[in-house]
Amino acid sequence: MTATAIRTPPGSARRLGFLGVLRSEFLKLRSVPSTFWTLALTVVFNVVFAALAATFVAGRLSAADRQKVDGIRLALAGLHLSQVAIGVLGVLVMTSEYGTGMIRVTFAAVPRRRVVLAAKAMVFAATALVVGTVSSFAAYFVFQTLLSGSGTGLKSSLGDPGVLRAVTGGGLYLAVLGLLGLGLGTVIRAGAGAIATLFGLLFAPALLLDLLPHSWQSTVGPYLPMQAGSQIFVAVSGEPDSLGTWTGFGVFCLYAVAAVTVGFVLLDRRDA
Amino acid sequence: MIEAIDLTKRYGATTAVDGLSFTVPPGQVTGFLGPNGAGKSTTMRLILGLDAPSAGTVTVNGRPYGSYRRPLFQVGALLDAKGVHGGRSARDHLRALALSNGIPDSRVWAVLEQVGLRKVARKRAGGFSLGMAQRLGIAAALLGDPPVLMFDEPVNGLDPEGVHWIRTLLKTLAAEGRTVFLSSHLMSEMALTADRLIVIGRGRLIAETTVADFLDGGTGNHVRVRTPQAETLAGLLTGRGAKVERQGGDALRVTGATAGEIGDLARTHEMTLLELAEQQTSLEERYMELTADAVDYRTAEETFRAAPTTK
Repeated sequence: MTATAIRTPPGSARRLGFLGVLRSEFLKLRSVPSTFWTLALTVVFNVVFAALAATFVAGRLSAADRQKVDGIRLALAGLHLSQVAIGVLGVLVMTSEYGTGMIRVTFAAVPRRRVVLAAKAMVFAATALVVGTVSSFAAYFVFQTLLSGSGTGLKSSLGDPGVLRAVTGGGLYLAVLGLLGLGLGTVIRAGAGAIATLFGLLFAPALLLDLLPHSWQSTVGPYLPMQAGSQIFVAVSGEPDSLGTWTGFGVFCLYAVAAVTVGFVLLDRRDA
Repeated sequence: MIEAIDLTKRYGATTAVDGLSFTVPPGQVTGFLGPNGAGKSTTMRLILGLDAPSAGTVTVNGRPYGSYRRPLFQVGALLDAKGVHGGRSARDHLRALALSNGIPDSRVWAVLEQVGLRKVARKRAGGFSLGMAQRLGIAAALLGDPPVLMFDEPVNGLDPEGVHWIRTLLKTLAAEGRTVFLSSHLMSEMALTADRLIVIGRGRLIAETTVADFLDGGTGNHVRVRTPQAETLAGLLTGRGAKVERQGGDALRVTGATAGEIGDLARTHEMTLLELAEQQTSLEERYMELTADAVDYRTAEETFRAAPTTK
């Protein structure tokens, strides 16, 4: 049995094992076209909407409007669409493996499934954070550059109160939202179902809340995922009922943590 | 070496694998046979720790699969050729697997070469034919150069050249001392490739034996004799306790006597033999005999014919 003598795998340190899985998952993320397209859309939505807002909206605001409008929020208007792209990517990171049956190949190669999920979450979150932050800053600068006429009243600088935090927050929001998608993808395993759940969770509660008494709206409303999470990319909060910047973002993070945690628990209990 | 002891898997009310015990030894090709739905794929998933058994245990080289940190060095498996992300290239698919187990990049090229996919290494796997996808799955199994290899229906979708290639590959791998375990519902394929057989039906073990022993038990084994003195020979054979069936003209179908015994008898009585041949049940017939009760899915026509007529 000389030919089958088991060779000692190169490097046997435990840390190297995790690093290998991490590199494996990063390669997987890089090597499929859907990653490229969803990230490209994220950048395009953020930057193009900033350009549109600066060119067509900012100049048409009345003096009274300009008092109420948050220039940063207007610059980052693209986040409302780019969150769809990044959310879909987060879901796909997990569900594309279940959909193709690749998950069995993955778990046969790395039987410690939680290590796989941890590596996927880290690699995806880092990628989403980089792309989200860069495109958020790009949107901000494009918006500032294209402001003209009466719109120049909305000009700001990164040194103004809350501005740097809000623009950075755009990237943070996208990364956490993507993780919420990844968590839901792990729990639900079917792409269509997980995507529907993610966007149901983001958009439906606000619509349903309109049907409820006003007192409920002001007590429950601020805790909804999108309402809580969006506080991080608002420079100066205008709404009286909304949560504080970090409290709101903390609540948003809890949704993602909950989804990923349930994913971790179910991963080892279910058959692949 | 793969060892299963009382392996059981239930999905709700369905028992897919039912108290299965078997051993797959190294150095041989072991065929895993059973009708569709017999539990072959489920058993393979249990071996790889992908499904958790409801009862019983299964080990690979003495340890449960899940306890290996770099299992690709222990077991290479092809479960489903379509289990590849269609948007990823063949090379990246293998590189991702290699990275997760600390397998050097040089092995990726080596296995691509071995399965004949080097030229399409950068093409997206989604565009592969089933045969190419099978080859990619086999490449993935060979990546860690493991002592145990497991393939689920590996000849599916392969062209004749590919079928020949995989047969040779499986035999070579076994000759190198590896444990080779392959499932199929095609008996003819097993007849050509396997040394040993594990036959299951409805999740239960039907036979665990060598191919030769499996065939010896067949009820269709007989000797075919043709002689102008058929009547006389038939009488002589029956007198010695053999069972003889006239098959029209000068042909006899004899069970309970070997070709040698019949030849000696004919010579003693100075008979002319036109033909004397041992007929063995084909693997296919023997398999049908054994699994007849265990077939879950029959065509409507078969069920109709099997049902007693009411006329």
